Amino acid sequence: MSSVSSIHADDGAHHHAHDDSKKTIVGFWLYLMTDCLIFASLFATFGVLANATAGAPGAKQLFDLNYVAVETLFLLLSSFTFGVAVINVHKQNKGGALAWLALTFLLGLAFIGMEVHEFSHLIAENAGPGRSAFLSAYFGLVGTHGLHVTMGLLWLGVIMHQVSKFGLNAVMERRIACLSLFWHFLDLVWVCVFSIVYLGGVL
Amino acid sequence: MLGKLGIEALPLDQPIVVWTFVVVALLGVAILGLVTYYGKWQYLWTDWITSVDHKRIGIMYILFAVVMLLRGFADALMMRLQQALAATGGAGYLPPHHYDQIFTAHGVIMIFFVATPFILGLMNFVVPLQIGARDVAYPFLNSFSFWLTVMGGILVMISLFIGDFAAVGWVAYPPLSELGYSPTVGVDYFIWALQLSGLGTLISGINFIMTIFKMRAPGMTFMRLPVFTWTALITNILIVAIFPVLTATLALLSADRMLGMHFFTNELGGNAMMYINLIWVWGHPEVYVLVLPAFGVYSEVVSTFSGKPLFGYKGMVYATCSIGVLSFFVWLHHFFTMGSGADVNAFFGIMTSLISIPTGVKLFNWLFTMYKGRIRYHSSMLWSIGFMATFAFGGMTGVMLAIPGVDFVVHNSLFLVAHFHNVIIGGVVFALFAGLNFWFPKAFGFTLNETWGKIAFWFWFIGYWLAWTPMYVLGFKGMTRRLNHFNQPDWVPYLNVAFVGAVLIGIGTVAILIQLAVSIRDRKINADVTGDPWEGRSLEWATHSPVPFYNFAHTPVVTSLEQHWDDKKAGIDPNTVRPYEDIHMPRNTGTGFIIAIFGFIMCFALVWHIWWLAIIGFVGAIATFIVRTYDMDTDYYVPAAEVERIEAQYAHAAKGGV
Amino acid sequence: MSYSKGKYLLLLMATLALSGCSDLELLNPKGSVGEQEKNLILLSMGVMLCVVIPVVALSLFFAWHYRASNPNAKHDPTWHHSTAIEIVVWGIPIAIVAFLGWRIWVTTHALDPYRKLDSAAAAVEVDVVALNWKWLFIYPQYGVATVNVLNIPVNRPINFHLTSDSNMNSFFIPQLGSQIYAMAGMETQLHLMGTEVGTYPGRSTAFSGPGFSGMHFPAHVQTDEQFNAWVKDAHNSTNALDDTAYLALRKDSEDNPETVYGSVKSELFQAITTQYDCTQENSLRREGDVSHCTQSGSVVMENH
Repeated sequence: MSSVSSIHADDGAHHHAHDDSKKTIVGFWLYLMTDCLIFASLFATFGVLANATAGAPGAKQLFDLNYVAVETLFLLLSSFTFGVAVINVHKQNKGGALAWLALTFLLGLAFIGMEVHEFSHLIAENAGPGRSAFLSAYFGLVGTHGLHVTMGLLWLGVIMHQVSKFGLNAVMERRIACLSLFWHFLDLVWVCVFSIVYLGGVL
Repeated sequence: MLGKLGIEALPLDQPIVVWTFVVVALLGVAILGLVTYYGKWQYLWTDWITSVDHKRIGIMYILFAVVMLLRGFADALMMRLQQALAATGGAGYLPPHHYDQIFTAHGVIMIFFVATPFILGLMNFVVPLQIGARDVAYPFLNSFSFWLTVMGGILVMISLFIGDFAAVGWVAYPPLSELGYSPTVGVDYFIWALQLSGLGTLISGINFIMTIFKMRAPGMTFMRLPVFTWTALITNILIVAIFPVLTATLALLSADRMLGMHFFTNELGGNAMMYINLIWVWGHPEVYVLVLPAFGVYSEVVSTFSGKPLFGYKGMVYATCSIGVLSFFVWLHHFFTMGSGADVNAFFGIMTSLISIPTGVKLFNWLFTMYKGRIRYHSSMLWSIGFMATFAFGGMTGVMLAIPGVDFVVHNSLFLVAHFHNVIIGGVVFALFAGLNFWFPKAFGFTLNETWGKIAFWFWFIGYWLAWTPMYVLGFKGMTRRLNHFNQPDWVPYLNVAFVGAVLIGIGTVAILIQLAVSIRDRKINADVTGDPWEGRSLEWATHSPVPFYNFAHTPVVTSLEQHWDDKKAGIDPNTVRPYEDIHMPRNTGTGFIIAIFGFIMCFALVWHIWWLAIIGFVGAIATFIVRTYDMDTDYYVPAAEVERIEAQYAHAAKGGV
Repeated sequence: MSYSKGKYLLLLMATLALSGCSDLELLNPKGSVGEQEKNLILLSMGVMLCVVIPVVALSLFFAWHYRASNPNAKHDPTWHHSTAIEIVVWGIPIAIVAFLGWRIWVTTHALDPYRKLDSAAAAVEVDVVALNWKWLFIYPQYGVATVNVLNIPVNRPINFHLTSDSNMNSFFIPQLGSQIYAMAGMETQLHLMGTEVGTYPGRSTAFSGPGFSGMHFPAHVQTDEQFNAWVKDAHNSTNALDDTAYLALRKDSEDNPETVYGSVKSELFQAITTQYDCTQENSLRREGDVSHCTQSGSVVMENH
């Protein structure tokens, strides 16, 4: 153990900030995998209950693909704008990053707005989550995704405030990297929702 | 205003509960009074509640588990007494409404609030030390995880005095657990207590995977990881893979109950079989979450007290990994009798019996670790030998239950109940006590009293066999689990013996409490100044007892599997004074505790449908977390001079100074 | 030496258990399925005990023999690997599991509860409904029904069709053999055959709520003559099980007495299983009733 001090000096204190950042991002990715399993459970549930309409309207009667396509477009675009924001972060362009994050926020908000509208429309048509197991599974899956996006919006708001307050330091870069993973992950989940729930249900 | 909560929620008509409450309240007041009298609030807050030190969190986990063990065990005694009294057609002393809550609470508490936190406590305390780290990957999240688990436990305890607990069995099968059949708040307490503690366990899982992946000392390759850390790694991978499923499943059940949805109801297309599948996708790997670290404890203990390296280290690692993988392909064996086809049942039966291969290998490996050893009968070694003599039978009955043709007649019988107590008591609980006796001096700087330790072992060991052998027999006599009353005089002798066994286990439990008390009294006499009281082999024995908050004055460098043992053989003293360096450490924070409190408020409010309070809890939790993210000053450096001063104190104590 | 105490205790327990073999219902079956399952229990236990007992004995022996205070024991503080031993310790469990795996495959198919029993004798159909908290048995071939008592003829296959109109229960007569779940809105099957005249206790083994302990019934395995006489006798009962009587019966009740119905509305069992399918009309679903097909309602709620 005589070589302790030299090795310690090499990879110890000086690099801890960098190591921490990598450790956090990998850990956050691991968290996303657990979230992925929650969605996997909900998808499985939806798969089991997809035909359990119990006499209530099913996917064909309820879903408007054009409407959902626009919704999807908003979310996909928001992933793109987030990407541009991250490029600006790497360039240490604070103003650019903030602007693109703000655009991302608006697109996400539009997505959530459309989803809330769709939900309230369904409930008004007496096709709420308590009407049939199919509708429970639908609201459960899509609603969980919506809740995630909502929390993502809250997080985005906090991040924008923190960037303007602290600037683009190492900690903020790390946080933006995590949020970006989260945002793209939700996008990916939505692609599955769109294909399986909407396309699979209507076509 | 208060949702469903009203004065009628207080079980004032049940004398047992009222008196329990009085006793608990008096105890609580006494403890709070003592803390105030001795002026220890500041100490509690700064040194424990806000601590992010993995060792203190580990200790608190174990303390919490022991407290909950007393509650869970009281439930067990009441059940054994009820069945012994109500076997000849009488009603016994517990009506079904009360008895059903007790067996549900017993299962929930023992799995979620005794075994799991105890295991998490051991992992918290031991893993960073074994890999030569200063703390876990995310110390703040670690504190948060712990307090979430505690809040879940408190929610279960509160259900005793406000409202009622679930009366549906510990995995809460629907449609029984749906609102239609369980209209009281009991199942909601179950759901929200498990959501809190489940989230805590999940975060803990992520934390430990990252700790083991990223925080190992230089030179510690995966094939140099001590076996306990290996088992901890696999266990945490299992946790991360299964707890999301539990969270999702319970969320769907609560959606059914709170929002009138139809995931698992009989009505409107719900599918209860889906719940049963989902809950066991979580539930079966969960038992490996508990038992794998237990195997790790035995590996450390048997090797240490035999004075030999573990036999077949590589085999042990492969066996652990393969158990981890196989555990995902066996869940259906919990319901062979649901009417799946013969092909499906046979597949899951064979997959299940496959698990006995790596498990059997492990038993052989411990056996050959003892071979040609010099065995010292420390009490933790007694627990390990007791385990080997007990667990093999549990494994055998487990394989029997895995054979669909056998399961068709013993499913849901006391044979099944005896089997899982055989593996959980004989496998997990024995390991917890072995670990407690083994690592206690590392945590507190003095060893536990051996006389009382051995008394505790013998009462538990004999008590176990007396309590559970008759249960196996009763299973063959066709006795079903969860019966409140029945008219079967020929079952009475077995139930009486089982009750005696439970009483012996109770005495064993009291003996452990006495052991702790006596040891604290004699702490000066039994002080461990060497840091290595058992001739240990892995890194945790290379630092002082009790471990300084920074763990190691110098980050260890690893060149072999049994680093500490090899260093001793080579005459290297890890605590030789060398120039010290500043040590980077995380700051304590109360954020985890405060968020958990808000989480508790939210869940309690959700149980009782007090919506405004639930919103306060939710917003409070989120806001506290956000506030935390504005605090950029979360770590600090311990100056080298301070390290030098602390190390000098230890050196002084080791030379006989005080 | 204190370890041997534990061993004696074990032996004592084992002897106690084995000496009482004839008292152990599962090892004293009275049905063809139960007989095969008994053999499977004994086979699997026997094969595994061949390893478990030596391993436990060896654990105790090693623990005792290699005690630190034994100067005669060999000591080799560095020995920790032996390829030969490793092969054996992996080989033994693999061999046992291979054998058991083969037996699992064969017996699981042979004992599949859905498989009709091979018998020349005419089968008796019994429809079983699990209710809160009693068992309803319908004999569609005879047009009679019972609550909490089961009569079946000896040496004739019994084809059970099971469902539930409440919680999940498991239908089990230990001495006849296999059990199977009864679940609402669907039908499961079980095939059993009693081989000896007598009365054997049956019950639900899946916890279903506060009245669960009362969900037991005697299963009378009778000679053909006795069974035919019983059916004739049952027809004399004036109790009729029509929709109204059934809807009254399905309400929560505990510790129900044995009841016989002399007539049963035809297709009642089918109506019970299909009433949760809201896409079809069902005679058990009445206009204006709280039913399985109205939102946020459960029939059980009105019972509380």
